[in-house]
Amino acid sequence: MFDDFFIRALIAGLGIALVTGPLGCFVVWRRLSYFGDTLAHSALLGVTLAYSFELNIALSVFIISSLIALILIQLQKKTNLPGDALLGLLAHSSLAVGLVVIGFLTFIRFDIMGLLFGDILAVTTDDLLIIWTGGAVILLVLKLIWKPLFASTVNYELAEAEGLNPDRAKAIFTILMAAVIAISIKMVGLLLITGMLIIPAAMARNISDSPQKMVLFSIIGGLLSVLLGLFSSLEFNTSSGPSIIMASLILFILSLLNIKQSIKLKN
Amino acid sequence: MSSENSTLVKLNNAGFKQNDKWLVEGVSLTVEKGKIVTLIGPNGSGKSTTAKIALGIYKNIEGSVEKYTNKVGYVPQKISIDWTLPLRVYDFMLLTENIKDEAIDEALTLTGVIHLKNKNLGNLSGGEFQRVLIARAISKKPELLVLDEPVQGVDYTGEIALYELIKRISDTLNCGILLISHDLHTVMTATDHVVCLNGHVCCSGSPMDVAKNNEYKTLFGEQASQILSVYEHKHDHVHSDKGEIKKN
Repeated sequence: MFDDFFIRALIAGLGIALVTGPLGCFVVWRRLSYFGDTLAHSALLGVTLAYSFELNIALSVFIISSLIALILIQLQKKTNLPGDALLGLLAHSSLAVGLVVIGFLTFIRFDIMGLLFGDILAVTTDDLLIIWTGGAVILLVLKLIWKPLFASTVNYELAEAEGLNPDRAKAIFTILMAAVIAISIKMVGLLLITGMLIIPAAMARNISDSPQKMVLFSIIGGLLSVLLGLFSSLEFNTSSGPSIIMASLILFILSLLNIKQSIKLKN
Repeated sequence: MSSENSTLVKLNNAGFKQNDKWLVEGVSLTVEKGKIVTLIGPNGSGKSTTAKIALGIYKNIEGSVEKYTNKVGYVPQKISIDWTLPLRVYDFMLLTENIKDEAIDEALTLTGVIHLKNKNLGNLSGGEFQRVLIARAISKKPELLVLDEPVQGVDYTGEIALYELIKRISDTLNCGILLISHDLHTVMTATDHVVCLNGHVCCSGSPMDVAKNNEYKTLFGEQASQILSVYEHKHDHVHSDKGEIKKN
Protein backbone atom coordinates (compact mmCIF):
# COMPACT_ATOMS: atom_id res chain seq x y z
CA MET A 1 0.00 0.00 0.00
CA PHE A 2 2.81 2.40 0.86
CA ASP A 3 6.25 2.61 -0.61
CA ASP A 4 9.17 1.18 1.34
CA PHE A 5 10.70 4.58 1.92
CA PHE A 6 7.51 5.76 3.58
CA ILE A 7 7.33 2.75 5.90
CA ARG A 8 10.96 3.39 6.85
CA ALA A 9 10.20 7.05 7.48
CA LEU A 10 7.26 6.10 9.70
CA ILE A 11 9.29 3.65 11.77
CA ALA A 12 12.10 6.19 12.08
CA GLY A 13 9.77 9.02 13.04
CA LEU A 14 7.92 7.02 15.67
CA GLY A 15 11.24 5.94 17.19
CA ILE A 16 12.37 9.56 17.37
CA ALA A 17 9.10 10.67 18.95
CA LEU A 18 9.47 8.09 21.72
CA VAL A 19 12.81 9.68 22.68
CA THR A 20 12.06 13.37 22.13
CA GLY A 21 8.92 13.11 24.32
CA PRO A 22 10.62 12.64 27.71
CA LEU A 23 13.77 14.59 26.76
CA GLY A 24 11.62 17.46 25.54
CA CYS A 25 9.94 17.69 28.95
CA PHE A 26 13.34 18.31 30.52
CA VAL A 27 14.15 20.86 27.81
CA VAL A 28 10.98 22.75 28.77
CA TRP A 29 11.48 22.35 32.53
CA ARG A 30 15.13 23.34 32.48
CA ARG A 31 14.64 26.11 29.89
CA LEU A 32 17.07 24.58 27.46
CA SER A 33 15.36 25.35 24.16
CA TYR A 34 18.07 27.70 22.98
CA PHE A 35 20.69 25.21 24.11
CA GLY A 36 18.97 22.61 21.91
CA ASP A 37 19.06 25.06 19.00
CA THR A 38 22.78 25.60 19.48
CA LEU A 39 23.53 21.89 19.43
CA ALA A 40 21.31 21.46 16.37
CA HIS A 41 22.99 24.27 14.46
CA SER A 42 26.39 22.79 15.19
CA ALA A 43 25.08 19.55 13.69
CA LEU A 44 25.57 21.02 10.21
CA LEU A 45 29.29 21.00 10.83
CA GLY A 46 28.96 17.38 11.94
CA VAL A 47 27.19 16.51 8.67
CA THR A 48 29.81 18.16 6.50
CA LEU A 49 32.58 16.36 8.38
CA ALA A 50 30.70 13.09 7.87
CA TYR A 51 30.71 13.70 4.10
CA SER A 52 34.34 14.81 4.04
CA PHE A 53 35.69 11.82 5.90
CA GLU A 54 32.99 9.30 4.94
CA LEU A 55 31.82 8.85 8.50
CA ASN A 56 28.37 7.89 9.69
CA ILE A 57 26.29 11.07 9.88
CA ALA A 58 24.69 10.30 13.26
CA LEU A 59 28.06 9.49 14.83
CA SER A 60 29.73 12.59 13.39
CA VAL A 61 26.86 14.85 14.51
CA PHE A 62 26.94 13.30 17.98
CA ILE A 63 30.66 13.98 18.33
CA ILE A 64 30.48 17.59 17.11
CA SER A 65 27.41 18.40 19.22
CA SER A 66 29.00 16.92 22.35
CA LEU A 67 32.13 18.92 21.60
CA ILE A 68 30.13 22.15 21.29
CA ALA A 69 28.40 21.36 24.60
CA LEU A 70 31.80 20.90 26.26
CA ILE A 71 33.10 24.16 24.79
CA LEU A 72 29.98 25.91 26.09
CA ILE A 73 30.56 24.61 29.62
CA GLN A 74 34.20 25.78 29.48
CA LEU A 75 33.21 29.23 28.16
CA GLN A 76 30.64 29.58 30.94
CA LYS A 77 33.37 28.99 33.50
CA LYS A 78 35.99 31.22 31.89
CA THR A 79 34.03 34.28 30.74
CA ASN A 80 31.53 36.65 32.30
CA LEU A 81 29.27 36.66 29.24
CA PRO A 82 25.65 35.70 29.86
CA GLY A 83 24.56 32.21 28.84
CA ASP A 84 22.34 33.27 25.94
CA ALA A 85 25.14 35.33 24.36
CA LEU A 86 27.48 32.33 24.54
CA LEU A 87 24.80 30.08 23.05
CA GLY A 88 24.22 32.55 20.20
CA LEU A 89 27.93 32.80 19.59
CA LEU A 90 28.33 29.04 19.33
CA ALA A 91 25.12 28.44 17.39
CA HIS A 92 25.79 30.92 14.64
CA SER A 93 29.53 30.48 14.38
CA SER A 94 29.23 26.70 14.10
CA LEU A 95 26.43 27.11 11.53
CA ALA A 96 28.61 29.55 9.59
CA VAL A 97 31.65 27.29 9.72
CA GLY A 98 29.48 24.40 8.54
CA LEU A 99 28.14 26.41 5.58
CA VAL A 100 31.61 27.61 4.61
CA VAL A 101 32.95 24.07 4.70
CA ILE A 102 30.06 22.97 2.45
CA GLY A 103 31.16 25.67 0.00
CA PHE A 104 34.57 24.02 -0.23
CA LEU A 105 33.16 20.54 -0.75
CA THR A 106 32.33 21.15 -4.40
CA PHE A 107 32.88 17.49 -5.27
CA ILE A 108 29.88 16.43 -3.19
CA ARG A 109 26.31 17.27 -4.12
CA PHE A 110 24.40 18.44 -1.11
CA ASP A 111 20.72 18.63 -0.52
CA ILE A 112 20.83 21.64 1.80
CA MET A 113 17.05 21.79 2.10
CA GLY A 114 17.04 18.17 3.20
CA LEU A 115 19.64 18.89 5.88
CA LEU A 116 17.83 21.93 7.21
CA PHE A 117 14.28 20.63 7.10
CA GLY A 118 14.48 16.87 6.98
CA ASP A 119 13.93 14.44 4.14
CA ILE A 120 11.88 11.28 4.45
CA LEU A 121 13.45 9.88 1.31
CA ALA A 122 16.83 9.89 3.00
CA VAL A 123 16.05 7.35 5.73
CA THR A 124 17.83 4.05 5.12
CA THR A 125 17.55 0.71 6.90
CA ASP A 126 20.84 1.47 8.66
CA ASP A 127 19.32 4.70 9.94
CA LEU A 128 16.42 2.73 11.44
CA LEU A 129 18.90 0.60 13.34
CA ILE A 130 20.73 3.67 14.63
CA ILE A 131 17.50 5.42 15.63
CA TRP A 132 16.01 2.48 17.48
CA THR A 133 19.15 1.20 19.24
CA GLY A 134 20.39 4.73 19.89
CA GLY A 135 16.94 5.70 21.10
CA ALA A 136 16.73 2.70 23.41
CA VAL A 137 20.11 3.57 24.94
CA ILE A 138 19.09 7.21 25.41
CA LEU A 139 15.85 6.22 27.15
CA LEU A 140 17.63 3.71 29.37
CA VAL A 141 20.25 6.24 30.46
CA LEU A 142 17.53 8.84 31.03
CA LYS A 143 15.69 6.39 33.26
CA LEU A 144 18.88 5.78 35.25
CA ILE A 145 19.54 9.48 35.85
CA TRP A 146 15.86 10.41 36.20
CA LYS A 147 15.85 10.84 39.98
CA PRO A 148 18.86 13.17 40.35
CA LEU A 149 18.03 15.03 37.13
CA PHE A 150 14.42 15.61 38.07
CA ALA A 151 15.20 16.49 41.70
CA SER A 152 17.81 19.04 40.65
CA THR A 153 15.41 20.46 38.08
CA VAL A 154 12.98 21.13 40.91
CA ASN A 155 15.65 22.38 43.30
CA TYR A 156 19.38 22.01 42.90
CA GLU A 157 20.29 22.45 46.55
CA LEU A 158 17.82 19.85 47.80
CA ALA A 159 19.22 17.31 45.35
CA GLU A 160 22.80 18.14 46.27
CA ALA A 161 22.14 18.17 50.04
CA GLU A 162 20.38 14.83 49.96
CA GLY A 163 23.23 13.14 48.11
CA LEU A 164 21.94 12.79 44.53
CA ASN A 165 24.94 14.17 42.59
CA PRO A 166 23.03 16.55 40.28
CA ASP A 167 26.15 17.79 38.45
CA ARG A 168 26.84 14.34 37.06
CA ALA A 169 23.21 13.97 35.98
CA LYS A 170 23.35 17.33 34.20
CA ALA A 171 26.51 16.40 32.31
CA ILE A 172 25.00 13.08 31.21
CA PHE A 173 21.81 14.85 30.13
CA THR A 174 23.86 17.19 27.93
CA ILE A 175 25.30 14.17 26.14
CA LEU A 176 21.79 12.72 25.73
CA MET A 177 20.73 15.97 24.06
CA ALA A 178 23.58 15.67 21.57
CA ALA A 179 22.60 12.04 20.96
CA VAL A 180 18.92 12.76 20.28
CA ILE A 181 19.87 15.47 17.80
CA ALA A 182 22.24 13.06 16.10
CA ILE A 183 19.61 10.40 15.56
CA SER A 184 16.85 12.74 14.43
CA ILE A 185 18.73 15.09 12.11
CA LYS A 186 17.97 13.26 8.86
CA MET A 187 14.31 13.04 9.60
CA VAL A 188 13.45 16.40 11.14
CA GLY A 189 16.29 18.57 9.87
CA LEU A 190 18.60 20.67 11.97
CA LEU A 191 16.49 23.83 12.03
CA LEU A 192 13.45 22.07 13.43
CA ILE A 193 14.74 19.49 15.90
CA THR A 194 14.25 21.79 18.85
CA GLY A 195 10.63 22.18 17.79
CA MET A 196 10.23 18.42 17.96
CA LEU A 197 11.60 18.54 21.51
CA ILE A 198 9.62 21.53 22.75
CA ILE A 199 6.21 21.63 21.08
CA PRO A 200 4.85 18.20 22.15
CA ALA A 201 6.19 18.83 25.68
CA ALA A 202 4.59 22.28 25.75
CA MET A 203 1.32 20.77 24.58
CA ALA A 204 1.59 18.14 27.31
CA ARG A 205 2.22 20.80 29.98
CA ASN A 206 -1.15 22.35 29.18
CA ILE A 207 -3.05 19.17 29.98
CA SER A 208 -0.96 17.58 32.78
CA ASP A 209 -0.95 17.92 36.54
CA SER A 210 2.01 15.66 37.29
CA PRO A 211 5.45 15.12 35.75
CA GLN A 212 4.68 11.51 34.77
CA LYS A 213 1.52 12.54 32.91
CA MET A 214 3.42 15.29 31.13
CA VAL A 215 6.03 12.82 29.90
CA LEU A 216 3.31 10.42 28.76
CA PHE A 217 1.29 13.07 26.89
CA SER A 218 4.48 14.46 25.41
CA ILE A 219 5.31 11.05 23.93
CA ILE A 220 1.75 10.58 22.64
CA GLY A 221 1.79 14.08 21.16
CA GLY A 222 5.10 13.38 19.44
CA LEU A 223 3.86 10.08 17.98
CA LEU A 224 0.66 11.71 16.68
CA SER A 225 2.66 14.59 15.19
CA VAL A 226 4.90 12.17 13.32
CA LEU A 227 1.94 10.19 11.97
CA LEU A 228 -0.02 13.28 10.92
CA GLY A 229 3.06 15.06 9.64
CA LEU A 230 4.40 12.20 7.54
CA PHE A 231 1.07 11.39 5.93
CA SER A 232 0.54 15.02 4.98
CA SER A 233 4.15 15.22 3.79
CA LEU A 234 3.41 12.33 1.46
CA GLU A 235 0.06 13.76 0.40
CA PHE A 236 1.17 17.35 -0.26
CA ASN A 237 4.79 16.61 -1.15
CA THR A 238 6.17 18.88 1.60
CA SER A 239 9.39 18.46 3.62
CA SER A 240 9.00 16.00 6.49
CA GLY A 241 10.35 18.29 9.22
CA PRO A 242 8.00 21.23 8.75
CA SER A 243 5.05 18.88 8.26
CA ILE A 244 5.72 17.11 11.58
CA ILE A 245 6.25 20.39 13.43
CA MET A 246 3.05 21.83 11.98
CA ALA A 247 1.13 18.79 13.14
CA SER A 248 2.53 19.25 16.65
CA LEU A 249 1.58 22.92 16.53
CA ILE A 250 -2.01 21.96 15.72
CA LEU A 251 -2.01 19.60 18.72
CA PHE A 252 -0.64 22.40 20.88
CA ILE A 253 -3.45 24.72 19.80
CA LEU A 254 -5.98 22.00 20.57
CA SER A 255 -4.50 21.63 24.05
CA LEU A 256 -5.11 25.34 24.62
CA LEU A 257 -8.79 24.91 23.73
CA ASN A 258 -8.95 22.07 26.22
CA ILE A 259 -7.75 24.41 28.99
CA LYS A 260 -10.42 26.98 28.24
CA GLN A 261 -13.11 24.31 28.31
CA SER A 262 -11.99 22.88 31.61
CA ILE A 263 -11.93 26.37 33.15
CA LYS A 264 -15.49 26.89 31.92
CA LEU A 265 -16.53 23.58 33.45
CA LYS A 266 -15.00 24.53 36.81
CA ASN A 267 -16.84 27.83 36.86
CA MET B 1 32.32 12.14 74.51
CA SER B 2 32.97 12.07 70.78
CA SER B 3 32.47 8.40 70.22
CA GLU B 4 32.97 8.33 66.46
CA ASN B 5 29.91 6.29 65.57
CA SER B 6 27.43 8.73 67.04
CA THR B 7 28.84 11.68 65.09
CA LEU B 8 26.80 12.52 61.99
CA VAL B 9 28.54 15.58 60.70
CA LYS B 10 31.56 17.49 61.92
CA LEU B 11 32.83 20.87 60.77
CA ASN B 12 36.49 21.61 61.45
CA ASN B 13 37.32 25.29 61.24
CA ALA B 14 35.13 25.51 58.16
CA GLY B 15 34.54 28.67 56.15
CA PHE B 16 33.24 29.78 52.78
CA LYS B 17 34.31 32.72 50.64
CA GLN B 18 32.23 34.16 47.78
CA ASN B 19 33.52 36.94 45.54
CA ASP B 20 36.45 37.51 47.93
CA LYS B 21 34.11 38.07 50.83
CA TRP B 22 33.91 35.63 53.70
CA LEU B 23 30.33 34.57 54.28
CA VAL B 24 31.40 32.69 57.35
CA GLU B 25 34.71 31.43 58.67
CA GLY B 26 36.25 29.35 61.39
CA VAL B 27 33.18 27.29 62.29
CA SER B 28 33.69 24.10 64.24
CA LEU B 29 30.71 22.10 65.37
CA THR B 30 29.51 18.54 65.68
CA VAL B 31 26.02 17.13 65.24
CA GLU B 32 25.47 13.80 66.96
CA LYS B 33 22.64 11.29 66.88
CA GLY B 34 19.66 12.33 68.99
CA LYS B 35 21.05 15.83 69.59
CA ILE B 36 19.74 19.18 68.44
CA VAL B 37 22.32 21.81 67.57
CA THR B 38 20.94 25.28 66.94
CA LEU B 39 22.55 28.10 65.03
CA ILE B 40 21.54 31.60 66.08
CA GLY B 41 22.79 34.98 64.98
CA PRO B 42 21.67 38.17 63.25
CA ASN B 43 20.82 38.40 59.52
CA GLY B 44 23.82 37.83 57.33
CA SER B 45 25.77 36.15 60.10
CA GLY B 46 26.35 33.00 58.05
CA LYS B 47 23.77 30.61 59.51
CA SER B 48 22.43 29.31 56.20
CA THR B 49 25.95 29.24 54.79
CA THR B 50 27.07 27.08 57.70
CA ALA B 51 24.15 24.71 57.08
CA LYS B 52 25.05 24.48 53.39
CA ILE B 53 28.68 23.77 54.27
CA ALA B 54 27.53 20.95 56.55
CA LEU B 55 25.32 19.58 53.75
CA GLY B 56 28.11 19.65 51.19
CA ILE B 57 26.30 22.10 48.89
CA TYR B 58 29.28 24.44 48.87
CA LYS B 59 32.31 22.72 47.43
CA ASN B 60 35.33 25.04 47.67
CA ILE B 61 35.40 25.55 51.40
CA GLU B 62 38.14 26.32 53.86
CA GLY B 63 38.70 23.81 56.61
CA SER B 64 36.93 20.49 56.35
CA VAL B 65 33.61 18.71 56.74
CA GLU B 66 33.32 15.11 57.82
CA LYS B 67 29.94 13.64 56.98
CA TYR B 68 29.12 10.19 58.31
CA THR B 69 25.65 9.72 56.85
CA ASN B 70 23.91 9.90 53.51
CA LYS B 71 20.41 9.81 54.93
CA VAL B 72 19.82 13.53 55.03
CA GLY B 73 16.62 15.56 55.16
CA TYR B 74 16.90 19.25 54.31
CA VAL B 75 14.44 22.10 54.73
CA PRO B 76 16.05 25.09 53.00
CA GLN B 77 15.35 28.66 54.04
CA LYS B 78 14.55 29.82 50.56
CA ILE B 79 13.29 27.56 47.85
CA SER B 80 12.51 28.71 44.37
CA ILE B 81 10.56 26.17 42.42
CA ASP B 82 9.98 26.69 38.77
CA TRP B 83 6.28 26.40 37.96
CA THR B 84 6.95 25.22 34.45
CA LEU B 85 6.82 21.89 36.27
CA PRO B 86 3.48 20.29 36.97
CA LEU B 87 4.17 19.09 40.49
CA ARG B 88 1.75 17.86 43.12
CA VAL B 89 2.58 17.61 46.81
CA TYR B 90 2.67 13.84 46.32
CA ASP B 91 5.29 14.09 43.55
CA PHE B 92 7.33 16.48 45.68
CA MET B 93 7.37 13.99 48.57
CA LEU B 94 9.06 11.47 46.26
CA LEU B 95 11.61 13.96 44.98
CA THR B 96 14.86 12.55 46.29
CA GLU B 97 13.86 9.08 47.46
CA ASN B 98 11.17 6.53 46.73
CA ILE B 99 9.09 6.47 49.88
CA LYS B 100 6.21 4.17 50.66
CA ASP B 101 2.73 5.66 50.48
CA GLU B 102 2.12 4.99 54.19
CA ALA B 103 5.24 6.93 55.15
CA ILE B 104 4.13 9.84 52.97
CA ASP B 105 0.67 9.87 54.53
CA GLU B 106 2.13 9.63 58.02
CA ALA B 107 4.49 12.56 57.51
CA LEU B 108 1.82 14.73 55.89
CA THR B 109 -0.56 13.91 58.74
CA LEU B 110 2.07 14.81 61.35
CA THR B 111 2.57 18.24 59.82
CA GLY B 112 -1.16 18.70 59.29
CA VAL B 113 -1.30 18.90 55.50
CA ILE B 114 -2.55 15.46 54.47
CA HIS B 115 -5.56 17.08 52.79
CA LEU B 116 -3.20 18.80 50.33
CA LYS B 117 -1.62 15.58 49.08
CA ASN B 118 -2.96 15.85 45.52
CA LYS B 119 -2.89 19.62 45.28
CA ASN B 120 -0.52 21.36 42.92
CA LEU B 121 2.52 22.62 44.79
CA GLY B 122 2.23 26.03 43.17
CA ASN B 123 -1.20 26.63 44.71
CA LEU B 124 -0.12 26.28 48.34
CA SER B 125 0.18 29.19 50.74
CA GLY B 126 3.56 29.97 52.27
CA GLY B 127 2.74 28.26 55.56
CA GLU B 128 1.25 25.21 53.86
CA PHE B 129 4.29 24.86 51.66
CA GLN B 130 6.54 25.10 54.71
CA ARG B 131 4.62 22.23 56.34
CA VAL B 132 5.04 20.17 53.17
CA LEU B 133 8.78 20.90 53.19
CA ILE B 134 9.05 19.62 56.76
CA ALA B 135 6.94 16.56 55.94
CA ARG B 136 9.18 15.75 52.98
CA ALA B 137 12.32 16.04 55.08
CA ILE B 138 11.05 13.78 57.88
CA SER B 139 9.24 11.23 55.70
CA LYS B 140 12.49 9.69 54.55
CA LYS B 141 13.42 8.95 58.17
CA PRO B 142 16.77 10.70 57.93
CA GLU B 143 19.70 10.31 60.26
CA LEU B 144 20.54 13.98 59.87
CA LEU B 145 17.93 16.73 59.60
CA VAL B 146 18.99 20.21 58.59
CA LEU B 147 16.21 22.72 59.20
CA ASP B 148 16.79 26.29 58.07
CA GLU B 149 14.08 28.38 59.72
CA PRO B 150 11.57 25.57 59.23
CA VAL B 151 8.48 27.32 60.58
CA GLN B 152 8.70 30.63 58.72
CA GLY B 153 5.26 31.75 57.64
CA VAL B 154 3.50 29.15 59.78
CA ASP B 155 0.72 30.42 62.06
CA TYR B 156 1.48 30.83 65.77
CA THR B 157 -0.18 27.67 67.08
CA GLY B 158 1.25 25.70 64.19
CA GLU B 159 4.70 27.00 65.01
CA ILE B 160 4.58 25.59 68.53
CA ALA B 161 3.17 22.27 67.34
CA LEU B 162 5.82 21.95 64.65
CA TYR B 163 8.66 22.63 67.07
CA GLU B 164 7.21 19.99 69.37
CA LEU B 165 7.09 17.65 66.39
CA ILE B 166 10.71 18.36 65.54
CA LYS B 167 11.75 17.64 69.12
CA ARG B 168 9.71 14.41 69.10
CA ILE B 169 11.27 13.32 65.81
CA SER B 170 14.72 13.87 67.18
CA ASP B 171 13.79 11.53 70.06
CA THR B 172 11.90 8.82 68.15
CA LEU B 173 14.15 8.60 65.09
CA ASN B 174 17.24 9.30 67.18
CA CYS B 175 18.39 11.58 64.38
CA GLY B 176 20.67 14.55 64.75
CA ILE B 177 19.23 17.97 63.96
CA LEU B 178 20.98 21.11 62.83
CA LEU B 179 18.41 23.84 63.38
CA ILE B 180 18.45 27.48 62.41
CA SER B 181 15.93 29.49 64.34
CA HIS B 182 15.18 33.01 65.41
CA ASP B 183 12.83 31.86 68.13
CA LEU B 184 14.93 32.08 71.26
CA HIS B 185 12.24 30.40 73.39
CA THR B 186 12.44 27.31 71.21
CA VAL B 187 16.18 27.42 71.15
CA MET B 188 16.29 27.36 74.90
CA THR B 189 13.72 24.65 75.55
CA ALA B 190 14.59 22.18 72.84
CA THR B 191 18.27 22.57 72.09
CA ASP B 192 21.24 20.65 73.40
CA HIS B 193 23.87 22.92 71.97
CA VAL B 194 23.78 26.50 70.70
CA VAL B 195 26.22 28.05 68.28
CA CYS B 196 25.98 31.82 68.09
CA LEU B 197 27.28 33.11 64.77
CA ASN B 198 28.28 36.53 63.53
CA GLY B 199 30.47 35.81 60.53
CA HIS B 200 32.41 33.55 62.86
CA VAL B 201 31.52 31.56 65.96
CA CYS B 202 31.05 34.24 68.56
CA CYS B 203 30.18 31.83 71.32
CA SER B 204 28.84 28.33 71.72
CA GLY B 205 27.83 25.88 74.38
CA SER B 206 24.72 24.82 76.23
CA PRO B 207 21.87 27.36 76.04
CA MET B 208 22.58 28.88 79.44
CA ASP B 209 26.27 29.14 78.78
CA VAL B 210 25.49 31.15 75.69
CA ALA B 211 22.97 33.26 77.57
CA LYS B 212 25.62 34.32 80.06
CA ASN B 213 28.12 35.15 77.38
CA ASN B 214 28.89 38.85 77.00
CA GLU B 215 29.27 38.71 73.23
CA TYR B 216 25.83 37.17 73.01
CA LYS B 217 24.43 40.00 75.10
CA THR B 218 25.92 42.65 72.83
CA LEU B 219 24.63 40.81 69.77
CA PHE B 220 21.09 40.20 70.93
CA GLY B 221 20.66 42.74 73.73
CA GLU B 222 19.85 42.37 77.41
CA GLN B 223 16.26 41.42 76.73
CA ALA B 224 17.24 38.30 74.82
CA SER B 225 19.52 37.37 77.64
CA GLN B 226 16.63 37.63 80.06
CA ILE B 227 14.52 35.31 77.95
CA LEU B 228 17.23 32.76 78.37
CA SER B 229 17.55 33.21 82.09
CA VAL B 230 13.89 32.28 82.46
CA TYR B 231 14.80 28.87 81.18
CA GLU B 232 18.05 28.64 82.96
CA HIS B 233 16.79 27.08 86.14
CA LYS B 234 14.70 24.53 84.34
CA HIS B 235 17.64 23.53 82.25
CA ASP B 236 19.90 22.85 85.18
CA HIS B 237 17.79 19.84 85.88
CA VAL B 238 17.23 18.60 82.39
CA HIS B 239 20.79 18.73 81.29
CA SER B 240 22.83 16.69 83.68
CA ASP B 241 25.34 16.21 80.90
CA LYS B 242 26.09 19.89 80.71
CA GLY B 243 29.80 19.36 81.15
CA GLU B 244 29.93 17.11 78.12
CA ILE B 245 28.36 19.63 75.83
CA LYS B 246 30.68 22.31 77.06
CA LYS B 247 33.63 20.43 75.65
CA ASN B 248 32.52 21.12 72.11
